Amino acid sequence: MVIDTLKCVGCSDCVVACQTENDVPVGYCRDWVTESVSGAYPTIELELKSERCNHCENAPCVRCCPTGASHIVEGGIVLVTENECIGCGACIESCPYDARFQHPDGYVDKCTFCHHRLEKGQQPACVSVCPTKCMYFGDLDDPTSEISELLKTRKHKVLAPEAGTDPNVFYLIK
Amino acid sequence: MEEEIFISGRNIPHIDPNLEVWHFPISLYLFLGGMAAGIIFFASLFTILKKEKEVPTAVKGAMIVAVIAISIGLVALMYDLTHLLYVWQLYMTVRIESPMSWGAWVLLIITIISFLWVFSYFSEMFPKFNLRFDFLKKIQLYLIKNRRTMALMLLPLSVILGVYTGILLSAFNARPLWNNAILGPLFLTSGLSTGAAAIILFSKNHFERKLFTKIDLALIVLELGLIIHMLMGMYAGSEVQLEALEILINGEFTVMFFVFVVILGLIFPALLEGVELMGFKVPSIVPALLILMGGLIFRMVMVEAGQITRYLY
Repeated sequence: MVIDTLKCVGCSDCVVACQTENDVPVGYCRDWVTESVSGAYPTIELELKSERCNHCENAPCVRCCPTGASHIVEGGIVLVTENECIGCGACIESCPYDARFQHPDGYVDKCTFCHHRLEKGQQPACVSVCPTKCMYFGDLDDPTSEISELLKTRKHKVLAPEAGTDPNVFYLIK
Repeated sequence: MEEEIFISGRNIPHIDPNLEVWHFPISLYLFLGGMAAGIIFFASLFTILKKEKEVPTAVKGAMIVAVIAISIGLVALMYDLTHLLYVWQLYMTVRIESPMSWGAWVLLIITIISFLWVFSYFSEMFPKFNLRFDFLKKIQLYLIKNRRTMALMLLPLSVILGVYTGILLSAFNARPLWNNAILGPLFLTSGLSTGAAAIILFSKNHFERKLFTKIDLALIVLELGLIIHMLMGMYAGSEVQLEALEILINGEFTVMFFVFVVILGLIFPALLEGVELMGFKVPSIVPALLILMGGLIFRMVMVEAGQITRYLY
């Protein structure tokens, strides 16, 4: 997934779309928007980002899951099998992005990139609803896909690269 | 200056503003598991050395304490699971990369063997209690004959259990306070020390008390060295580790850590034990209880402080 921080206006539509699409219980969220301000007046910079599970290549949550409930499916998406999860919380502790939470029903829940929609050939709910079209979803392994082209031409970053997780959500910054 | 805020009102229970997924039961389990590992280590070690007659409490009474501690620890662990009905999934797979997975297996095996161990000494400890069924007597006889085999299995398993209580935490690179390789040996040493303290607490045999006081004193010195090692390692670390260090030496948990763990839980009882070994009369219950208290508070500090530390991006 690629998110253009220059286009994001921080409206939180992605958050509401996700909560509606995935029946996320009240008070919880699988994605969220952050606003970071840096610099000192008059050279202040503002960055808006929609954040979620980074579906890391080297996912610590998958590594430390004692039952194998956390797993990576073909295509690279990190998912949790509800009835294999014992709710031990190890994956929550292991995530540098705090992207996971304990669902009120007990199992651990998080962003699935709307796996159920992808299977039908649709885009994730957050991507399809974004009013400024700042989010792009596609195949990073395909060099001709829209997101591969964006990453080739635009300056980008990932979150906490020093955590060594090799995240798969990229933020365009210039 | 840099400031980052959630503007979509994120306030997930137990995650925001500070992670609080693991609570007191986990600290309690880490303490009880470590202590039990210590007791089991000494019981099996002295049995292998054929010195079990000289340390009666370690092989008998303290092993009852160990199995009770493990059982309470297991209940505490399960209490903190939020999807408890699926707990059997732990034993459907072995995942070497996940400390919790192999830890759960070791815990299961060590609990079973420890119960068998206590059963093998049962009639000796409680001669008035009659095992009514013949097959129980046969099993007990078989276990008594194979005590050495049990000890040979328990010795490595107890070391793994002791190390595992530390590795469980150190395997998470997302929590910089936990993410140091010394935590495994440190928790093992602390577990052995609390195990020795528990044996001292229940022992009525003067020779045994003195022996374990010596062992415990050596372990405390080692543990203090490892703690300094851990702090120095973080001090020489990256920004996230420096932030983690800050919590222990100049932050929320400084008093808990230095006063209750380092001074009251390690240095003061070590001094008392030293004075006792020099021949002065010190009620040995005092250092033993302080060490046990220090061990529990150490786990609480590490579990709670560790969850506050994180990567900032």
